[in-house]
Amino acid sequence: MLEKMIFGRYIPGDSFIHRLDARAKLIFVFLFIAIVFIANNWITYGVLVVFTFLIIRMSKIRLYFLINGLKPVVILIIFTFLLHLIFTREGDVIYHWKFITIYEEGLRQGIFISIRFFVLVILTSILTLTTTPISITDALETLLNPLKKWKLPVHELALMMSISLRFIPTLMDETDKIMKAQMARGSDMTTGSLKERMNAIVPLLIPLFVSAFKRAEDLATAMEVRGYKGGEGRTRYRKLEWELRDTITMFSLVVLAGVLVFLRQ
Amino acid sequence: MKREIISLQDVTFTYATDDSNVRPALNNVSYTIYESQWVAIVGHNGSGKSTLARLMNGLLFPQTGTVRVFGETLNEQNLWETRSQMGMVFQNPDNQFVGATVQDDVAFALENNGIPFEEMVERVEASLAKVNMSEFMNSEPHHLSGGQKQRVAIAGAIALKPKILLLDEATSMLDPQGREEVLATVRQLKEETDLTVISITHDLEEALLADRVIMMNQGEKYVEGTPEEIFQKGQELVDLGLDLPFAMNISRLLRAQGIPLVADHMSEEELVNDLWTSHFNK
Repeated sequence: MLEKMIFGRYIPGDSFIHRLDARAKLIFVFLFIAIVFIANNWITYGVLVVFTFLIIRMSKIRLYFLINGLKPVVILIIFTFLLHLIFTREGDVIYHWKFITIYEEGLRQGIFISIRFFVLVILTSILTLTTTPISITDALETLLNPLKKWKLPVHELALMMSISLRFIPTLMDETDKIMKAQMARGSDMTTGSLKERMNAIVPLLIPLFVSAFKRAEDLATAMEVRGYKGGEGRTRYRKLEWELRDTITMFSLVVLAGVLVFLRQ
Repeated sequence: MKREIISLQDVTFTYATDDSNVRPALNNVSYTIYESQWVAIVGHNGSGKSTLARLMNGLLFPQTGTVRVFGETLNEQNLWETRSQMGMVFQNPDNQFVGATVQDDVAFALENNGIPFEEMVERVEASLAKVNMSEFMNSEPHHLSGGQKQRVAIAGAIALKPKILLLDEATSMLDPQGREEVLATVRQLKEETDLTVISITHDLEEALLADRVIMMNQGEKYVEGTPEEIFQKGQELVDLGLDLPFAMNISRLLRAQGIPLVADHMSEEELVNDLWTSHFNK
């Protein structure tokens, strides 16, 4: 199941999109979310779709892989499409059957919202697919840095995030081990009523928690010994470098916004 | 005369508990470690050897007695300076891996000490080369074996070019192959640089590699000497709950069977030599 999940996974590569500065990609996605709302007619939504496909091509991620991974979201998109289709009551009636009446405006709205949804999901997935989690954390840290003035512990939050990401596989392995150990002792986790199965999880969680705390303590000691004393006076090994291609990417967004404003009704 | 690098004087340490008649973890321990030596601190569980490690780098402070590192008494003020001169590797390979990838982890101590970026890149590469882990630079920890993770931990510890490398049971959670890898790495480092190595272990095979052995028992220093001197004690070590090195065990068993060996041999090589020449000596 976890193999098929596309969210939060990173696919190594060397495309233009992969090489972009993580900060550029983050800002890009945030601005894009706003820009999407400029579109309000067929031509402008068409432009958005073309733009998105252009980005998919540039990321060199196979379309099949992308679509396949987004299956759970597709259901959500279809659901919102149907909602709009049924509940919008504007424009000419194009179809009528018993209590269902479909209006022209409803169909239009449904398609537009679906496109909007689809485009946003694709772009955010491309962000996480082409950027290592650690770069995203770094980018967030630098972008949020100005908030330090208002006492937001930016460095600590970023460190917490990167350590959590680092320990996910370790704790997954551990869960697997504990699960096998409990199964070897006769614990049954796959059959029985929901309540029975919930109860079977308890002997799994307690050892996991105990060991997680032990690990946290060890890690804290190891960090202290290696001279960690907070964000003050720390240098960074990971350097984010803003290059020409990042500026060009930002500029493409300005052009897109301009085109959309020009073409909208 | 070699210069002293760490010295403990009459150190007593008791862990804080509600129980008032608890035995001190360390009782009146004194020893001195000199520069460029490899010192092994051995003892069974609960002998106080891990507490010693924590006292030597200021994770704990003794109730009585003093801990001197680089000639200065360790205190809150010089703590961070001292730690930057002392690389430490712990027991559990997973729980000391901070970075998301190998190179991030090696850079962690450098970042903490404010080393400029350009120098950091060089040092990370150099340190990884020294432990033969360069090709794994971008690997994530869960794709590495225990031995590899410990070698990365060593790279992280030596990246700051410390004078002392402190190994706190660094090989006890590894398989034999991983253990061999790690020990070979430390031995090689020791030859290339004038690093002082302090290895805390309950494994007497590891202690054989040391120049000097300090043996702990029940929170007190039991005996101190060269590995040869220590292993002369044979039965005494067994009584203290330590495992003798394999070659030594075999020697003892052979002698018990009436085979005339010259001595209890510490290394396999000596034992084999004695065995194949034993007929000539008749």
